[in-house]
Amino acid sequence: MTYSITQNGRTHSFAGLKTLLAKATPARSGDALAGIAAENEEERALARMALAQVPLARFLEEILIPYEEDEITRLIVDTHDAKAFAPISGMTVGEFREWLLDPATDIETLERGAPGITPEMAAAVSKLMRNQDLILASQKCRVVTRFRNTLGLPGRLSVRLQPNHPTDDVRGIAASMLEGLLYGCGDAVIGVNPASDSMQGVTRLLEMMNAFRERYEVPTQTCVLAHVTNTLRAMERGAPVDLVFQSIGGTEQTNRSFGVSLALLEEARAGALELKRGTVGDNVMYFETGQGSALSAGAHAGVDQQTCEARAYAVARHFKPLLVNTVVGFIGPEYLLDGKQIIRAGLEDHFCGKLLGLPMGCDVCYTNHAEADQDDMDTLLTLLAVAGVNFVMGVPGADDVMLNYQSTSFHDALYARSALGLRRAPEFEVWLERMGICNERGDLLGASAERRLLPGASEWLG
Amino acid sequence: MAGIEESHHGKGQGVERGSDVWARLRRFTPARIGLGRVGGSLPTQALLDFELAHARARDAVHAVFDADLLARDLRDSGFGESLVVASQARDRMEYLLRPDLGRALDEESREQLKDLRKGGCDLTVVIADGLSAVAPARHAVPLLREVLPELRENVTVVVANYGRVALGDEIGEILGAPAVVVLIGERPGLSSPDSLGIYLTWAPRVGRTDAERNCISNVRPEGLAYPEAAKRLVYLLGEARRLQMSGVALKDDSEGSSNPRLKSETWGTQS
Repeated sequence: MTYSITQNGRTHSFAGLKTLLAKATPARSGDALAGIAAENEEERALARMALAQVPLARFLEEILIPYEEDEITRLIVDTHDAKAFAPISGMTVGEFREWLLDPATDIETLERGAPGITPEMAAAVSKLMRNQDLILASQKCRVVTRFRNTLGLPGRLSVRLQPNHPTDDVRGIAASMLEGLLYGCGDAVIGVNPASDSMQGVTRLLEMMNAFRERYEVPTQTCVLAHVTNTLRAMERGAPVDLVFQSIGGTEQTNRSFGVSLALLEEARAGALELKRGTVGDNVMYFETGQGSALSAGAHAGVDQQTCEARAYAVARHFKPLLVNTVVGFIGPEYLLDGKQIIRAGLEDHFCGKLLGLPMGCDVCYTNHAEADQDDMDTLLTLLAVAGVNFVMGVPGADDVMLNYQSTSFHDALYARSALGLRRAPEFEVWLERMGICNERGDLLGASAERRLLPGASEWLG
Repeated sequence: MAGIEESHHGKGQGVERGSDVWARLRRFTPARIGLGRVGGSLPTQALLDFELAHARARDAVHAVFDADLLARDLRDSGFGESLVVASQARDRMEYLLRPDLGRALDEESREQLKDLRKGGCDLTVVIADGLSAVAPARHAVPLLREVLPELRENVTVVVANYGRVALGDEIGEILGAPAVVVLIGERPGLSSPDSLGIYLTWAPRVGRTDAERNCISNVRPEGLAYPEAAKRLVYLLGEARRLQMSGVALKDDSEGSSNPRLKSETWGTQS
């Protein structure tokens, strides 16, 4: 179907929803690289006008990637909740934006509506929203998840402690873990990206992190971010797996390039549920995503990178994850050029994920070949913290010495707490006070905690 | 900790200094632990140290690759004449934004390589700037000094401007080489602006995927030292020749560092 808009007596046409969505997207290098971006600013603005007039119901009829060819399309179509969709079924995309911003649309309304919203609808409306719209609407989405603690409660910000080491040295990882805990980080998860994907290495890290957590009775979960097939094997061998991690994308072909399918993810989730390691809940999945992954795998099918990203959230929500993390600036400048594009993408991802009912966190990050720096990360971190992001990363000094990129630091988390009065997960808060790391207000107490925790770590740190 | 306090912390009031234990723990990891804090914020010296590291990494990304100088270095080191070629990217920014152009030879280079083909070769080594021109400039020659004496092959060395990993496929294909080894600057980290990557592809031809390559990462004196990197490469070359293939089926049993986020998920920005 062709979509048209008439302005000053001239009619502009867009051949199909896929084209219209791509051309309406705020400028980003990845869509230009794919050759699907608007030709110029005027075309982009006109595409948005045309998009604003498209009925939401149209997205259920004009399918972007054929049902027969893509299992994610099938998942989206087959699990769409018509009853939840009913209240918004008569709206256009433009009206949907206004409805989202209307104060009468509250947390409960959005919670009920989430199963009726498809990723394509979320992506479409986000393209019409300014940054402040994305923040305001996100604030109205509440997604609470549980495993050994409770994440996503209002007024809370959690941190994934990311103690990576270039050679997976156990002492090096333990040293970063210890410091992160002393900074009050790690309530979202203590999660390490392994440098080596070998089974032996993965198992060794799982066992060390679990023993470390048990030693201090930390009310949190640990995770080695290995490929799901390795985590499955680790579970078979009896390794202590709390969460199943996997990177996912928004097309079947992208996921194939990652070596995963919906069936494989289902199998892994079932395995983790069977272990019954969660104490206050059973959200056992941890997903990572990021705009550009589909194009990078040559698997975007002509769909813009932000819509592909939203489709990845359809995969995520099917598996009731504890954590979903958009690794926004990791991929490089050919997908997101600079601080401006990274900031925009971070807010879009957080909004779309939350709207679809996901516990969204964000790896506020950049690489050294992107046109970005710490000031840009401060901006995005602040905006996301205002928007109510569930969690961010905590990397020592913001410098990931294994993955070679910059994320947010233990200090950055303290900044966000201090500037916006955000607290940690309740169970973790109690633990920090018991260990003498924080006082009852959540402020760090200093060197006394260090003296208390260090002797217990001698097994790993000598 | 005394030394750390002097070099890393300001004299300001209210700086929460770590105990001397952090000096000890820092030996276990290059991560930025034990920085101290002022309230929740970074002490001034730690802030400035970070900025200096970022500045160096940025400079490495944008550094100009002097391919001719490297070709002269190669000749002076006894590796004979090498050909200097270029991809279709015309400047650094275009190179960064258009990975597809960095994977294809410009027309003139194609013709030059066709002329060179007549000599034949057993192995093509391509040295490219990648995302850090500093890396090949520093490490390519010393690494080849360790590698080439171990090989009996007739080796052709090509130096490429604005090249991505896959540029080696086209070069190797034109030269009719059974294998291509690409030495290329990796994405610079804050603590490693000059990391060199080695990619081995058996039977190179346009369209090979990353899954069909083997990678040795983080080659530099502070990372994977030259002799160890050379040992791994010679081993992989031998295995590739024996099995007539490269890639995931070819396991580097010497516990190479294969980063799942960067490679198996094709999020690598090298290729």
